[in-house]
Amino acid sequence: MSAVLADMPKADVSKAIAPVTKAIAPSTGGRPWTFYVLATLFAFYVIALYGPMFCVYVLSFQDIRGGLVFPMKGTSLHWFVDLFTQVRTGDVKGSFDRSIKLAIIVTIITVVVSFLAGLGFRKRFRGDTVVFYMMIGSLVAPGLVLGLGTGLLFQALGLNASWYTSALGAQLSWTLPFGVLVMFAVMSRFNHVWEEAAYDLGASRWQSIRLVMIPVLAPGLVAVALFGFTLSYDEFARSLQTAGSLNTLPLEIWSMTLNVTSPSLYALGTVTTIVSFIVIGASLGSIVLIQKKRGSSTKG
Amino acid sequence: MTDFEAFADMQPSLSPAQTPPRANLAGWLYVSPLVLVLVPFFVAPILVVLAASFFATDGFGGLTPGFTLASYVEVLHSALTLKLYLATIKFTLLTWILTLIIGFFVAYFLVFHVRNQLLAIGLFLLCTVPFWTSNIIRMISWIPLLGKEGLINQALLGLGVIRQPLEVLLFSDLAVVIAYVHQLTIFMIVPIFNSMARIDKKLIEAAIDAGASRFDIMRLIVVPMSKSGIALGTIFVVSIVMGDFFVVKVMSGGGSASVVSAFYEDVGVLQYPTAAASAVLLTLVLVAIVSLILRTVDIRQEITR
Repeated sequence: MSAVLADMPKADVSKAIAPVTKAIAPSTGGRPWTFYVLATLFAFYVIALYGPMFCVYVLSFQDIRGGLVFPMKGTSLHWFVDLFTQVRTGDVKGSFDRSIKLAIIVTIITVVVSFLAGLGFRKRFRGDTVVFYMMIGSLVAPGLVLGLGTGLLFQALGLNASWYTSALGAQLSWTLPFGVLVMFAVMSRFNHVWEEAAYDLGASRWQSIRLVMIPVLAPGLVAVALFGFTLSYDEFARSLQTAGSLNTLPLEIWSMTLNVTSPSLYALGTVTTIVSFIVIGASLGSIVLIQKKRGSSTKG
Repeated sequence: MTDFEAFADMQPSLSPAQTPPRANLAGWLYVSPLVLVLVPFFVAPILVVLAASFFATDGFGGLTPGFTLASYVEVLHSALTLKLYLATIKFTLLTWILTLIIGFFVAYFLVFHVRNQLLAIGLFLLCTVPFWTSNIIRMISWIPLLGKEGLINQALLGLGVIRQPLEVLLFSDLAVVIAYVHQLTIFMIVPIFNSMARIDKKLIEAAIDAGASRFDIMRLIVVPMSKSGIALGTIFVVSIVMGDFFVVKVMSGGGSASVVSAFYEDVGVLQYPTAAASAVLLTLVLVAIVSLILRTVDIRQEITR
């Protein structure tokens, strides 16, 4: 005990002289104990995030005797064939087509409208708060409630609900707020000096948007597009009451979870994941391309 | 945020009241496409639901336009309503606390502990990738793990820890919370990561030089400066959990219900007015929670900073 006490002042002195060793963000020196704790937490998080999904992907490659749980029984593509040929699993192909088309339309509208709104919100204008809160309201409103309201509205107006009218609008009420929030973050990094320089050089407003803003903000716009696509491709609650007689893919998956108890369901999970990865790959690839092009043209 | 900071954050442009009319017009022109979508697909549907909540019904889906508070009386008097709200609040709080703790520390680890920036961005992307897979698929992916014959039970049986498979793992409240945390932690990580990444490292070095302990730095610098990220993440998580019915329905195996899952059942049996009344109540509760959050943190100013 006394030895510990005798050491105390010395420890204090070293703490005062070299506090860097226990700092959070030094670029050298030993790791604090929290590093190991947090690294473990992070590892557990990633395992819990991916583990279950890998189980599903693996189980989807079982042969015809396979079930919903391990152990795996053989390997084959049986459940993928089953998914696209069997009538009892529903109209997977049709709903897949519709979901992709819908997601593409939603993406285009989301990018254009979010970009314009981002431009508008850069300066204060009378009533901007109302628009802002309308947007936040649209984001947080329960999707099923909004979907029902849209469905009832179409009924009352004597319009037919369909995936390319009511469901499109219902999905936009969810993707646009996300898109505009992302645009806020993107716009905040845009240097106004470039725009002013364009005006000084005699550019019109449209020219400065087309020749300065869009090229500079392109990676951000791709990010908005990615958001729009995946949010739409995965949208369920808002589409439920608004898609009309023809299902989108999430609605099809939903009805499958209630009726189908075969690895077909898992096969669908694997297929949708592959499609998502193709889309992300293409988007990230285009961001990298844009950056590279910019790097070579504006070096220095 | 102190008054001084709020002042310093103010945009150089004039306040809306002083803005010249031309700027007002330009602003409205830019946001008009947004408004043209939000009015018919957010404002109008909400008004329709509000109107429907005052209508009378014949019980078979027929609606009689009119003004009656019968549906509200029915919803507010039902003992079930309180039970549903308690269940919803329980799921929301548990999910919020877990996603906040995991999200905060994952973001903290990536921003302050991973020294290689490229590695940090790579690990961050690793966390966001599963977000691109269907939510429903991610949810049912827990079945092969948590089920009665699932991996966890098999492992525990194999190790001799338990003699009989645990039934509590799947189709229970536990499964519901696991599924929510699995789906929603990303909504905490991304905004918190964004706001933490913007903290100037010099500030932390200055604090260390001034003798701050690591706990002080966390308490006085990191947490206050991540406030906007925490607020944004909280809005996402709370509004998604409170507005969800699907996870509760599937992962509890029908054993639990939330406000929206009850709403869904009501719609299924064409009880539109009661469904609408409970939807209006839920929306009011959500609006109250979100405006409370927005009152503490001005996200618009924080994001555009």
